[in-house]
Amino acid sequence: MKLDAYETEGFYDELFLAGGNPRKEFKSLVDRINSLPSGDLVRRQGAAERNLMHMGITFNVYGDDAGEERILPFDLIPRLVTAKEWDWIERGLQQRIKALNLFLDDIYYGQRIVKDGIIPEELILSAKGFRRECVGLAPPRGVWCHVTGTDLVRDGDGQIYVLEDNLRVPSGVSYVLQNRAVLKRTFPRVFRGLGVRPVSDYPGRLRAMLEDVAPDGRGPPQVAVLTPGQFNSAYFEHSFLAQQMGVELVEGRDLTVEDGAVFMRTTAGLKRVHVIYRRIDDDFLDPEVFRADSMLGVPGLMEAYQRDRVTLVNAPGTGVADDKVIYAYVPKMIRFYLGEDAIIPNVPTYLCWDKQQMEHVLDHIESMVVKPANESGGYGMLIGPHASASEHEEFRQRIRSDGRNYIAQSTLSLSRVPTLIEDHLEGRHVDLRPFILYGRKIYVLPGGLTRVALRKGSLVVNSSQGGGSKDTWVIAAESGDRATSGGPAS
Amino acid sequence: MLSRVAESIYWMNRYIERAENMARIVDVNEHLMLDLPPGLAAQWAPLVAITGDEAEFKKRYSGTDQDEVSWFLTFDAANPNSILSSLRAARENARSIREILSSAVWAEINEAYHYVEHLAQTQAAPHHTFLRNVIRASHSVEGATSATLSHAEAYHFSRIGRLTERADQTTRFVDIRYFMLLPSSDEVGSPTDDLHWTAVLQSASALEMYRQRHGMVQMQATVEFLLVDPDFPRSVRSCVSRANESLRAITGTRSGTYRNAAERRLGRLAAELDYTSVEEVIIEGLHEFLDSTQAKLNECGTALHESFFAPQLTTRANAAEFS
Repeated sequence: MKLDAYETEGFYDELFLAGGNPRKEFKSLVDRINSLPSGDLVRRQGAAERNLMHMGITFNVYGDDAGEERILPFDLIPRLVTAKEWDWIERGLQQRIKALNLFLDDIYYGQRIVKDGIIPEELILSAKGFRRECVGLAPPRGVWCHVTGTDLVRDGDGQIYVLEDNLRVPSGVSYVLQNRAVLKRTFPRVFRGLGVRPVSDYPGRLRAMLEDVAPDGRGPPQVAVLTPGQFNSAYFEHSFLAQQMGVELVEGRDLTVEDGAVFMRTTAGLKRVHVIYRRIDDDFLDPEVFRADSMLGVPGLMEAYQRDRVTLVNAPGTGVADDKVIYAYVPKMIRFYLGEDAIIPNVPTYLCWDKQQMEHVLDHIESMVVKPANESGGYGMLIGPHASASEHEEFRQRIRSDGRNYIAQSTLSLSRVPTLIEDHLEGRHVDLRPFILYGRKIYVLPGGLTRVALRKGSLVVNSSQGGGSKDTWVIAAESGDRATSGGPAS
Repeated sequence: MLSRVAESIYWMNRYIERAENMARIVDVNEHLMLDLPPGLAAQWAPLVAITGDEAEFKKRYSGTDQDEVSWFLTFDAANPNSILSSLRAARENARSIREILSSAVWAEINEAYHYVEHLAQTQAAPHHTFLRNVIRASHSVEGATSATLSHAEAYHFSRIGRLTERADQTTRFVDIRYFMLLPSSDEVGSPTDDLHWTAVLQSASALEMYRQRHGMVQMQATVEFLLVDPDFPRSVRSCVSRANESLRAITGTRSGTYRNAAERRLGRLAAELDYTSVEEVIIEGLHEFLDSTQAKLNECGTALHESFFAPQLTTRANAAEFS
């Protein structure tokens, strides 16, 4: 396999400089790939995919009667991050999560940020994820967003931006752990030589965090992961995390609320549950409070939560900050709560809610990305440069009729990473989703999920739309600062 | 352990054992039919009869030749008890409780299912290697269960599922003779009869152990070996007795006493089998005895469901005790 013919084609490439030379920190990986006999990479990719299938690391394809399962497309060329850049990312994410959490605590109790005129009250009250039921609540340790999967992107000039915060139920961390297990076997020597920071302690840290936020009480808390069930597309992750943490995986029908506390139905009767890492949306948590038609939730769960008899992770109501209009205010939140400038900037964002900004968007829609404020998964958005004139017009009308629910950003030229396409390597656009835990303190998993748009030229990395994933290696600094490689080989 | 999880473990193991026994019976019948004296028509219909799925079979098949019957029992996705359906059900159950299985157990089940599913799409008829592989896959799951699952609640529910299914299947192997149509001169004690009982022993992988215990193959000794031998791991008595031990390992209830319906039913059946004499069984009717044993095993299943899988909700007062 030769990378000599690889072209960066004018894009920022994570592995190569514009001239075609590898970035010096990553040279050993490039050398290794170059030294592989022809066809070897393809064979390794095939072996890795078969292994994932055998281990049943698959997701369900919805609407397929034959019950077809597929592995999440996976590419074995890793994305590398230097220690120096990672330390900056880590500081930036810690700062951001701290501020977002203070914001959530504030808007559900006191609303200082509204009173001080930083964010208009109507924006908060009209955000889809705002939950009146949470007003006045004080979750243990003041933590609302226990698990966050922030999406980062790098533009053509090398600048990294925060694209989305994902404070509700971010998924993908199981793929980080599985991709790592595969890559350790694929490039063992390069891996060791680069001193890649380990990720295998994530389940242990997740469990410790969940125990740390239990309601005040006696003895070790009972922790459970709440899943919608095995037909959910992320079921593998729910069951994997429960298994790796050694805690119960429950469905709504396994739980019941008695005397204001939550119990699970076991072979020895009812057993109290103290902390629930719920992987279902707020809307489905409790049919008595939210959607009455929810079969996935537990009647009475919110009351138990409000009475502090159970901790829900993440807290209900965090979705308010996932509103893309609220997102635009995060740099102001950081200034307001922490008195600091944001370390990692937002993508410059125009709020169609504001008349002046809306006019700008309407005039420049051909060059912008327009997104609905409350969708995720890459749905319902317009990528101006890739869209037709009639699509532009359609979005102009949508924006005019519902300005509150649209934002626009200039189209970024997402960075690329070499990716195995058939039998050779081509550049494909990527983003990066690090995972952050917040219990006693804030922990950032080194690396995270690199999502890659496998279709040539595509900027959409979501797995529902042809995206795949890569392992992400945070490598040690050259000065021999090798991270201790501990932890069980996953 | 969650009730739902316990139930899935139990069924997962029942289905794997069912697939294994289906493979055994198809494989052995093929050999038996080749050994029959010329002039006797090959008989495949009894295989359908002993599985209790005759009505289902007749709806969709016109004849009862080897191709039709073996397809029905192996690759027919519409037959809920075929090897394919059993492994699919085992895997669906496993998938819903992956978090409590070891990776080794899960991987064995997953691979077995993918193997059968692939062959069902590409093969015209099951052959010997396939049937052997199904049996081996089942052994691998059992081995991985024993070697990598903590010998605690999940393990014991696995064993109860496996052993009750095995007991039930062994009664069906013994019963197959009842459904065979043989000329009257070929009845008890004839060479064909001995061939038949040899095949039955083979279907339970019991021939070698039988010979060590009883020597020559005879009807009465074979029935005794498969129903009430205390040591052979596929005998009905041994299966029920070990399932009963696992049940008591879960609850801590002393042997000879009971605290719920499952303990009462399973304990009683184990005791009955301990004191059953094969002479009595044959005088009173082997087929009737097998039928009533199957019915009792079913009652044990129902009782397990009541006692563990869908227990009445503990009342508020009792709930506090567990908090």
